[in-house]
Amino acid sequence: MILSSALIFATACFTLALLMNLWRVVKAPGVPDRILALDTMVINFIAILVLYGIIEGTAVYFEASILIAMVGFISTVAYARFMLRGNIIE
Amino acid sequence: MELWQEVTVAAFLVVAGIFGFVGSFGLIKLPDPMTRLHAPTKATTLGVGGVLIASMLYFLFAQGQFSFHELMITLFLFLTAPITAHFIAKANLHTNVNRDRVSATGTDRPWAGFESDEARRLHEEQGASGK
Repeated sequence: MILSSALIFATACFTLALLMNLWRVVKAPGVPDRILALDTMVINFIAILVLYGIIEGTAVYFEASILIAMVGFISTVAYARFMLRGNIIE
Repeated sequence: MELWQEVTVAAFLVVAGIFGFVGSFGLIKLPDPMTRLHAPTKATTLGVGGVLIASMLYFLFAQGQFSFHELMITLFLFLTAPITAHFIAKANLHTNVNRDRVSATGTDRPWAGFESDEARRLHEEQGASGK
């Protein structure tokens, strides 16, 4: 009972956070803000995947969240580097 | 699961949810780009850390087995969050801040974010004088 309501609360919090990030991606004042919002979206999505793993009671989703964490990190660094140097691999 | 175990996992989940929400709210609410960088890279990382600790405790209590996947994700996120924050800060410095307003480095070389501009300018000047 306590655990299921806490799970619902945490999922609701992270879902609202994802929606706010999406709003930020659409209406951002500059490109670095947009990259930052995308990076935060990746981190929030990892949290939602792990919460879904707890709800379902399986450990299948951890591999997916590790992959998403790696892809998110690489893409954020690539975006930031492209803005910084106009090139990704020099 | 016993009551104290459920309460422990639930407490971690609630704290993590609040931190995740606050981090993304700060991304919308804070006034300028450098302070906006501060909110998600710290608060949201802490929120995800809380969710992962709760998941680790849940699988330890409910199924009696300790899983290392969460520790791997936590380690990876806590290693990469400062790196991404640093990269985004450099990109922001490069695009939004006038280079005359940045404090001096104390050496011949400019800040690393402006170094490519400086090198290109020198190269163009030398190319122009060479002709």
